Amino acid sequence: MQEDNKKDNKKDNKNNRRDFLRKSLITGGVLAAGAIGLEKVFSKEGEKTSTDDTTVFTRDGKVFRADMECLHEYKAPPVTNEEARKGIAGKKFVMVFDLAKCDGCKKCTEACQAMHFTEPDREWIKVYKMKDAETTAPYYMPKPCFHCDNPPCTKVCPVGATFKRQDGIVLIDDERCIGCRSCLAACPYSTRFFNWSDPIQPVAVANIPYSPEHGFPRQRGTSEKCDFCPHMIREGKMPACVTGCPMQTIYFGDQNEDAVTNSAGVTVKLSQLLEDNSAYRYMEELGTEPRVYYLPPKNRKYPKPDMESIGKEKKDDGKKPNSDMGNMVM
Amino acid sequence: MSKTIYPDSNIPAELSVEVIREDSLRPTRKWGRSTQIWLGCLLMVAGWGLYAYIHQLRHGLGETAMRNYVSWGLYISTFVFFIGISHSGTLVSAILRITKQDWRMPITRIAELMTFVSLLFGGIMPIIDLGRPDRIANLVIFGRVQSPLMWDVMSILTYFTGSTIFLWLPMIPDMALSRDRLTVCDSRFKKFRKWLYTKLAIGWTGSKTQWKRLELVMTIMTIVIIPVAVSVHTVVSYIFAMTLRPGWNSTVFGPYFVAGALYSGSAIVILAMVVFRKLYHLEKYITYRHFDLMGRVVLALTLIYAYLNLNEYWIPAYKMATAEGHLLHDLFSGSYSTAFWLCQFGTVLFPIIVMCFPKGRTPGMLAFICSLIAVGAWVKRYLIVVPTLLHPFLPIQDVPQDWAQYFPNWVEWSVTMGALSGILIVITLYAKLFPMMSIWEVVHGAKVEENKRIATEKGEHEEEELLKAESVHAKTSKGKTTIVMANGNK
Repeated sequence: MQEDNKKDNKKDNKNNRRDFLRKSLITGGVLAAGAIGLEKVFSKEGEKTSTDDTTVFTRDGKVFRADMECLHEYKAPPVTNEEARKGIAGKKFVMVFDLAKCDGCKKCTEACQAMHFTEPDREWIKVYKMKDAETTAPYYMPKPCFHCDNPPCTKVCPVGATFKRQDGIVLIDDERCIGCRSCLAACPYSTRFFNWSDPIQPVAVANIPYSPEHGFPRQRGTSEKCDFCPHMIREGKMPACVTGCPMQTIYFGDQNEDAVTNSAGVTVKLSQLLEDNSAYRYMEELGTEPRVYYLPPKNRKYPKPDMESIGKEKKDDGKKPNSDMGNMVM
Repeated sequence: MSKTIYPDSNIPAELSVEVIREDSLRPTRKWGRSTQIWLGCLLMVAGWGLYAYIHQLRHGLGETAMRNYVSWGLYISTFVFFIGISHSGTLVSAILRITKQDWRMPITRIAELMTFVSLLFGGIMPIIDLGRPDRIANLVIFGRVQSPLMWDVMSILTYFTGSTIFLWLPMIPDMALSRDRLTVCDSRFKKFRKWLYTKLAIGWTGSKTQWKRLELVMTIMTIVIIPVAVSVHTVVSYIFAMTLRPGWNSTVFGPYFVAGALYSGSAIVILAMVVFRKLYHLEKYITYRHFDLMGRVVLALTLIYAYLNLNEYWIPAYKMATAEGHLLHDLFSGSYSTAFWLCQFGTVLFPIIVMCFPKGRTPGMLAFICSLIAVGAWVKRYLIVVPTLLHPFLPIQDVPQDWAQYFPNWVEWSVTMGALSGILIVITLYAKLFPMMSIWEVVHGAKVEENKRIATEKGEHEEEELLKAESVHAKTSKGKTTIVMANGNK
């Protein structure tokens, strides 16, 4: 038993070091897109072409200066399907949207679509123009998957292809999904999408080994949705929408740590943030227990959304946009 | 024809066993030209449906009109409709059996067959609707009992097994009869028939023990099949009712679906009765009285269905809660209002009014009314599935046009019509192989009637005798003449 504990401690130390390494690399601003290989951090040694140096840690904890060009992005080792189902231990991820800051620029959607190689019509995070009643003010409402703690979607899945993890994230295993679309029908927030036809994706993406943690390569006949970017979290990074938001609207973090961070790197106390701003969750009465909070759009500094423009925006797929207002009160 | 029938009887009592047997078996012996043409047409439609399905398999569900908002469409509506029809068999057969309604005898086989085929194709519809039918084994490998879809799979499989047994059990004595009669008659596929009848008759000889056993098993099945049937349509409603969606999030959905199923199912039984009565010349057996009684059954079920419709729509319509209100607006006065009101008035209220009158329960009128009900029930299923999906809680904004609307396209129509003609093919083949009436039950019914007749006549006779005995002292001469007359007749 004692030996086991020791081993565990050692492992923890190692993990901490690894985290540290990751974070130091990130703060070094080394985000060379497309770079690969965990062990190849210093593969280009000796071919110095640049003079920009940075401080880095090696895997065994040594600190030294290295050329920026020699550095490659840290890639978390691929997780097994079993690990992807379990989730990251000890975490409870939450997202907070400060609606007062959102100006509806849809940069979060764009960042998300780039991250997940989605087709333009799949908005995993969608920015709605909301107006609750005729007399109330309109506002923008970005909506990702709420990763509900009482998820209606995972309950109805007949094969357990969509599941709730210990870190609060709801994921889909496209390799198990049978395409019955019960989850699409069950989700009250219209969060899920279905791959009706063969997905359009780059060949390079199609050749990446599939993991439920990033949701690609896509497969026809399966469902997909926002996943809180667990493959980024494993690398110590923020979800694409959070970093992609120029307005610092989106906060992301761990409820257990009681801390959330936005794209500007501002970390705040979650409970304080929710309390000070009278945060709410969308449609609390449904009892789905969302892991996404909204701060009311009070004292907005940006122009309010033009409700008349709904359905008139240009769509790049050539199809006529829809002008149906659905359930919106006008 | 109806004149020859003893008043108030279910089956013409004077028919001999031989006539009944021959009347039932005759249609199975000939494959007329019309049958071939009919089957050929059906096969063409089914083949086209199969082509459309293969097209869908190759290119994905994107070939249908379904998109992210309306993710269930015609396939699932048809699934609910077909499963609904399947309730007819249990209702007519089991419920009438359990309540000892003797008039059921000539129509039980038709009803049970409807259950069998509609379940067969109803069960296929969700598989056609699957995005990954190749992974269907996952239902067994990773199956979760918490999922309403899993309840559907389990209860439909149970019901299908049960109703197959329920169809087959009363067929056993008839199969033995067909087997024994086959050698005498000239028919196509003789060898195959011989083999089929022998297998299905499982060595029936008609011994006392066999009859006893059959009766026992039938009783058990009758009792078992009713709750299974109710459970099937209840859990079919649960795939909708277990969601939070406006229009589906309803506690009345279980009984609502069961009532809707019985309403459409019993109408389909009447339609089948009309068709087989005409084609197989069963006018002697399926009489006006049967239509009158079945008409009353459909009337009662339509009333129940109308009552549940009231509960399903009037209660939320009174309150008009936000999301529910948007859906109801669309149904009552929006894009679906024409279909909705046609369903409510044309296929629920109108049939009720017509069937209230005895003249509305004649075969001709019932054929018309029941066709209305069948179509109405199908459209109603569509109105339950699709409009709700078009009214999510969050508004539908800035999406491609085809996401925000739905009407089935050629692939869905072809596949669905293919499934429908598949149903008709199975019915036709069945009707050309097996007797469409449960012969032994009809014979039994005829005997019951005969006994009743004898009993009544005897009663009348005895009364007469008594009267005579009283009057004999007064009018002796008349009594003598009667005896003489009787002797003379001999």
